[in-house]
Amino acid sequence: MSVTIYVPCDSAALSLGANEVADAVVREAGSRNLEVQLVRNGSRGMLWLETMLEVATDAGRIAYGPVTEGDVASLFDADVMAGGEHALRLGKTDDLPWMQKQTRLTFARVGVTDPVSLDDYSEHGGLVGLKKALTMEPSAIVEAVVASGLRGRGGAGFPAGIKWRTVLGAAADQKYIACNADEGDSGTFSDRMIMEGDPYVLLEGMVIAGLAVDATEGYIYLRSEYPDAYVVLTSAIERARAAGWLGSDVLGSGKAFDVHVRLGAGSYVCGEETAMLESLEGKRGIVRAKPPLPALEGLWGKPTVVNNVMTLAAIPYILDQGGEAYAAYGTGRSLGTLPYQLAGNIKQGGLVEVPLGVTIRELLYDFGGGSATGRPIRAIQVGGPLGAYLPESKFDTPADYESLSAAGGLLGHGGIVAFDDTVDMSKMARYAMEFCAIESCGKCTPCRIGSTRGVEVVDRLVEGKNRKKDEALLRDLCDTLTSASLCAMGGLTPLPVLSALDHFPEDFAKSE
Amino acid sequence: MQSRSSSAVAATPDQLAAVDAAISRLATMRGACLPMMHAIQAELGFVPHEAVQRIADSLNLSRADVHGVLTYYHDFRSEAPGCHVLKVCRAESCQAMGSEKLEDHLCEKHGVAMGETCADGEVTVEPVYCLGNCALSPAVMLDGKVYGRVSAERLDALLQRAKKSTGGQS
Repeated sequence: MSVTIYVPCDSAALSLGANEVADAVVREAGSRNLEVQLVRNGSRGMLWLETMLEVATDAGRIAYGPVTEGDVASLFDADVMAGGEHALRLGKTDDLPWMQKQTRLTFARVGVTDPVSLDDYSEHGGLVGLKKALTMEPSAIVEAVVASGLRGRGGAGFPAGIKWRTVLGAAADQKYIACNADEGDSGTFSDRMIMEGDPYVLLEGMVIAGLAVDATEGYIYLRSEYPDAYVVLTSAIERARAAGWLGSDVLGSGKAFDVHVRLGAGSYVCGEETAMLESLEGKRGIVRAKPPLPALEGLWGKPTVVNNVMTLAAIPYILDQGGEAYAAYGTGRSLGTLPYQLAGNIKQGGLVEVPLGVTIRELLYDFGGGSATGRPIRAIQVGGPLGAYLPESKFDTPADYESLSAAGGLLGHGGIVAFDDTVDMSKMARYAMEFCAIESCGKCTPCRIGSTRGVEVVDRLVEGKNRKKDEALLRDLCDTLTSASLCAMGGLTPLPVLSALDHFPEDFAKSE
Repeated sequence: MQSRSSSAVAATPDQLAAVDAAISRLATMRGACLPMMHAIQAELGFVPHEAVQRIADSLNLSRADVHGVLTYYHDFRSEAPGCHVLKVCRAESCQAMGSEKLEDHLCEKHGVAMGETCADGEVTVEPVYCLGNCALSPAVMLDGKVYGRVSAERLDALLQRAKKSTGGQS
């Protein structure tokens, strides 16, 4: 009897040798004359347990991890095919505390299915939202998204339904859906995980967006640092076209929608929506002045929905279950769930999807298990390189849009990077300015020049020859960046700089 | 731009053929400038300066426009890299797990700093700002493959294996 064994093909798992584990499984099974069906699934998000191997048994899927190539023979010795006892046996995957405490709406299939299998997708609840959308008027689709309260998951948090309403109301011969997959923030990887682990949910979300605003073409702007995601996405698009999920006659409806993938080229600022549109058009990724809004004049000057991967991937659930079902999760004006990402110096790093409003402390300790080094977590950065550094006294803040904003931070793309007590926060402040100098598109002066001056002022401040004057100068410079930059790159760089200075002043005064 | 072109090494006929093939394959694509550069670099490891005029001609752009695109993006190289390209993540998550030590190690043991190619031409080291492997920091990418939880020892082993594959010295 053939037994199904799952070994993830997520690039985080690959980075720890998942391909070698998969090869060893095939080799061992072959040498023992055992029939194994190997499925390369996405990752369950328990990245510290990668490579996490699963076996399908009558009692459900049993997990083992972290498995290395060298463990595979002993797993077979322990009758892994029947879920046998072994030092690496974790138990039933669904019963693991990490999984039990989550509400997986967007990530429901990730780690469960073969990412590019069309059958797996439709057998596990896929396409239901799209089929409903095909029976609805565009305005009804838009209103379902408005009712869900879904806000832009890329970081800005603008209500997705309102943006869609603007594009629907714009008259044009051609409109576009542009998916921002330029996930450049350090500490974030949810876009990558969904594109590698369940690409069809993103494609389905894009088709629904197209139906909602009367767009027939979609582009995914994928960062070049994600070569594995590129392979999965292009394969999924080809299969979806062949199956009639994409193309001139989506699911036999007579409606057209097709998707193309374009690669970025290592520019962080291309994650800013207008720079992304410039780059998609084949130009330098220079930020555009707004207005006009991309919703009215976006890609090639046409009305364009620009949404993040996570925003679009949340859409199929909303159409399937209704906007109200999604809005039943979350808190205040931060509705629905968010796939949070735990990164940096963290013992149990990975992805957890829970309703918005979970506290930072719950994420860091209940899920994350504290620091990887075993030392106290001294600081965290939430929301990428433009997010604030927060001290332990702020860890009880709920990780939603409003609460983090009130605490002087931002939620961004939901990534949390932990630092232990060996971190030098003046170095992190300096790095924030340095990163801005490296990645600035150069269009506006505060960002282009202010970032380089910022590095210099932080250096002088730490040197400590004229601390009072240099601190005043740094704050003044940050004020200019905040107020006068064209986009969030220069506008938010002061956030990590000043939060480091405000919360950890002692790190800037070591020369005293 | 004149001085850049005249000082750079001339592309070989084979390289020019690869450039032309990539350009003609993508000539009808909308906004094809980046895709063309990606295709050329995937083939040759860099974008030779001769490609600038050819892309400009194909897309009806000015040479300055194409030069601007080529030099704007961190990914594109104007010169051939070493046999292997190692990208070391410098972003916050990897810093939190000691990526700076990897940079120091590369300098001290392998004699190569960020943005440089080591003397034997085997490895080019480039900075990268996040590989999306932040739960398993520090991360590097070697020849397009991501590696997580990279210690100095693991890095040495990766480089040794890569160099062996090209017949270089370990």
